[in-house]
Amino acid sequence: MRRVVITGAGTINALAHDVPGTFAALREGRLGIGPLQLRDKERLGVQIGAQVHDWDAERHFNRQQIALYDKFTQFTMLAAREAIGQSGLVFGDALSLSSGVVLGTAGGGVNTWDENYRAVYEEGKNRVHPFVVPKLMNNAAASHLSMEWNLRGPTFTVATACASSNHAMGLAFQMVRSGAAEVMITGGSESMLCFGGIKAWEGLRVMSRDACRPFSANRNGMVQGEGAGVLVFESYDHARARGADILAEVAGFAMTSDAGDIVMPSAQGAERAMTGAMRDARLDPGDVGYINAHGTGTAANDKTECAAVAHAFGHHADRLMISSTKSMHGHLIGATGAVELLACIMALREGVIAPTIGYEEPDPECALDVVPNVAREARVDAVLSNAFAFGGLNAVIALRRV
Amino acid sequence: MTTSVRDSVLAIIAEQAVLEVSDLHDTMTLADLGLDSLGLVEAIFAIEEAFDVSVPFNANDPTAGDFDISSVGAMVAAVEALVAARG
Repeated sequence: MRRVVITGAGTINALAHDVPGTFAALREGRLGIGPLQLRDKERLGVQIGAQVHDWDAERHFNRQQIALYDKFTQFTMLAAREAIGQSGLVFGDALSLSSGVVLGTAGGGVNTWDENYRAVYEEGKNRVHPFVVPKLMNNAAASHLSMEWNLRGPTFTVATACASSNHAMGLAFQMVRSGAAEVMITGGSESMLCFGGIKAWEGLRVMSRDACRPFSANRNGMVQGEGAGVLVFESYDHARARGADILAEVAGFAMTSDAGDIVMPSAQGAERAMTGAMRDARLDPGDVGYINAHGTGTAANDKTECAAVAHAFGHHADRLMISSTKSMHGHLIGATGAVELLACIMALREGVIAPTIGYEEPDPECALDVVPNVAREARVDAVLSNAFAFGGLNAVIALRRV
Repeated sequence: MTTSVRDSVLAIIAEQAVLEVSDLHDTMTLADLGLDSLGLVEAIFAIEEAFDVSVPFNANDPTAGDFDISSVGAMVAAVEALVAARG
C-alpha cells in the first residue's frame, strides 16, 4: 500500500478567505460568529451565524461562471485555486487521467433551491432560469473543479450530513493509497446560510441563540457556518519525486455506523471510528497528541464525544489535547471536516493547537483538556479529526507529521 | 376555552406517545409516556401550530426556559398560560 500526503490546502470560511488568514485566526482564537445578514432574517428565531463576509463573486468569476456556480461551488473553486496553486501540480495528459475529485456537501446548492422556490411559490412566477438543475446538484462543485483543472479520473460527491467532508477525504485517501488515483482533490463545501437553510435547522431546536460554547457546562447548541476546505492528496512517491512541500501525511481513516438513532449520537460508534482510524494508521493511542473534535456545542454531542474519547484512549485521554474550532468558524455542516483538517495541519506543522473559544464553565461530563480559550504551543506527531453525522455516521481521519 | 386547550394538548401528547387520551394522567412524566427527545420536539411543534404560540424550548437544555415539561399536567398548564398570554 502506498503512502498518502497532503501537498496543498485552500479554504474560505467565516474567519478568512484563505489558509494563512485562517491559521492566524485559529491562533488568535478569533470569533467568526456574528449577527446574520440575509434576506428575511427578521422571521428567523436564530439571529447568529458564521457567515463569509465581503464575498464578491464577480471579483473571482465571470458572468458565465456565476450563472452556473451556486455559492457552494464558488466557495469550492476559490479554495481549490489556493490548494492546487500551493501544490504546484499541473495536470498534463498522463497525470490528468489518474487524478480525480471527491468532495463532501450535505445540501449542495441550497441557495439556488431557496431562491427558486421563492420565485415560483412566493412570487408566483411560472418560469425559472434554465441552469437551476446543473447549479443546485450536489456534484456541481466536483464537476466544475474537474473541468477547470482537467481532472479526468474518479470524480464524485458524497453526502453524509456533518461527516460529508471526512467521508470524502477518507475515500480520496483510500483511492490514492490503493493506486486507483495518483492525486485526489478533496474536501467539501457548504452554503446553507439562507432563510430556508436556517429555518430547517431551527425546527430541530438544537441551535444556540447566542454562542457556540463546546464542552462548556453552559453550552446551549450549535451555530451554523459556511464555506469550503479543499486539500490535495497525493501519493508520497509522486510528491517526493517532484520535490513538493509536504504539509502532512494522511495516515489512516475509519468509518462506522451507529445503527441506532437518526439524531442522537452513540459513544460506541464514535469510539469505534477513532480506534479504527488509529489501527488503520498503525498508531497507538499514546502517539496521538491532539484531536480536532466534532464538538458541536450541543448537550448531546459533546458529552458523548468525551465519553468516546475516554474509552478509546484510556489513561492517555487525560494527556492529549482536544479542541473544537467550531467555536470560531461555526459548524460548516458538510464542509466542516475539511476546514477542521486545517487546524490539524497547523498543529502538526506549526506546533500550535487551536483553542476551544467561548469556554466558560467546566462540565464534569467533558473532563478533558479542551484547550480553553487560548491557543497553545505544543509539538504533536499524530492527530485525529472527528466527524459524527446525523444518521449515526462517523468518520475519523488520522494525520501524521512527515 | 380552557377545557379545549387541555383536550387539544392531551390529544397531541397522546398521538406522539402512541397512547389513547384516556391512558394519560396529569402526573405522568415524559419517561412514563415513553416519549423520546424527537417525540417531544414534534409534540412542541404540534402545540405551536395548533395554538399559534411560540414555545420557549431548547433541546440542549429541556428544563431551562419557562415551559415546564415535567409532567402531562405541567405541559397542559404551560400551554394554557401561553394561550392566555397570547390573548
